[in-house]
Amino acid sequence: MGSGDMRDFYIAVQAADFDLAAEYRKLRELSENPGAIAIFSGLVREFCSPCGNAGNNQSLTLEHYPGMTEKALLGIVEQAAERWPLKGCRVIHRVGRLAPGDQIVLVAVSSSHREAAFSAAEYVMDYLKTSAPFWKKQQTGTASEWVASKIEDHQRAARWKTSEL
Amino acid sequence: MLKIHYFASVREQLECSGEELALPDGVESVAQLAGTLAARGEPWSMLQDSQQVLVAVNQQVADFTHVLRGDEEVAFFPPMTGG
Repeated sequence: MGSGDMRDFYIAVQAADFDLAAEYRKLRELSENPGAIAIFSGLVREFCSPCGNAGNNQSLTLEHYPGMTEKALLGIVEQAAERWPLKGCRVIHRVGRLAPGDQIVLVAVSSSHREAAFSAAEYVMDYLKTSAPFWKKQQTGTASEWVASKIEDHQRAARWKTSEL
Repeated sequence: MLKIHYFASVREQLECSGEELALPDGVESVAQLAGTLAARGEPWSMLQDSQQVLVAVNQQVADFTHVLRGDEEVAFFPPMTGG
């Protein structure tokens, strides 16, 4: 399919913050005749710490597997593109030390219609959480602990295999 | 040579981010490699727990049954928690 070669998939793993307006503009300009753009932005939440100091001096540190992480993200986007007619997609995931309220992840999808844009953005996020090699560590003061993976995240990703979504 | 990486909690518990290793005699699979590393004793035995530790071969998630040639990049890490 000729139009498939025109798709713009952008993947970045970076310490720097991202600008939603700039990402929207790039996706809009680079997508051919998009009718819908869905943007998901994930933020660092405050968390309950073992020592009960929620809100105080908290941070989240993101580690990744350079090389594999980017490949895994591109693979997820390509799977989404096989399922929905995407015009473009931009995925940015931050690594390093972040604070509550910081932007951590961006998934922006353009398509001809909203249903594909919404669904593909959700699909990319669901698989990003369970199959892209990122690991979160929470810190409160001097205490730190690795975040455990959640069964619900795996269930959310698995439903794309069986459901008619 | 195998190029082995350890990430996140696995790296911290092993106090090792990676190493180069010639494919040990008799090792044909990821499970056998994990067994050889586990034979170093605590905390290395954690690498045999395929419920807690995932493996990637040449930057793709693999099963512990994956057969190794001896020139791969192998990584051990906990379940992913991005997003």
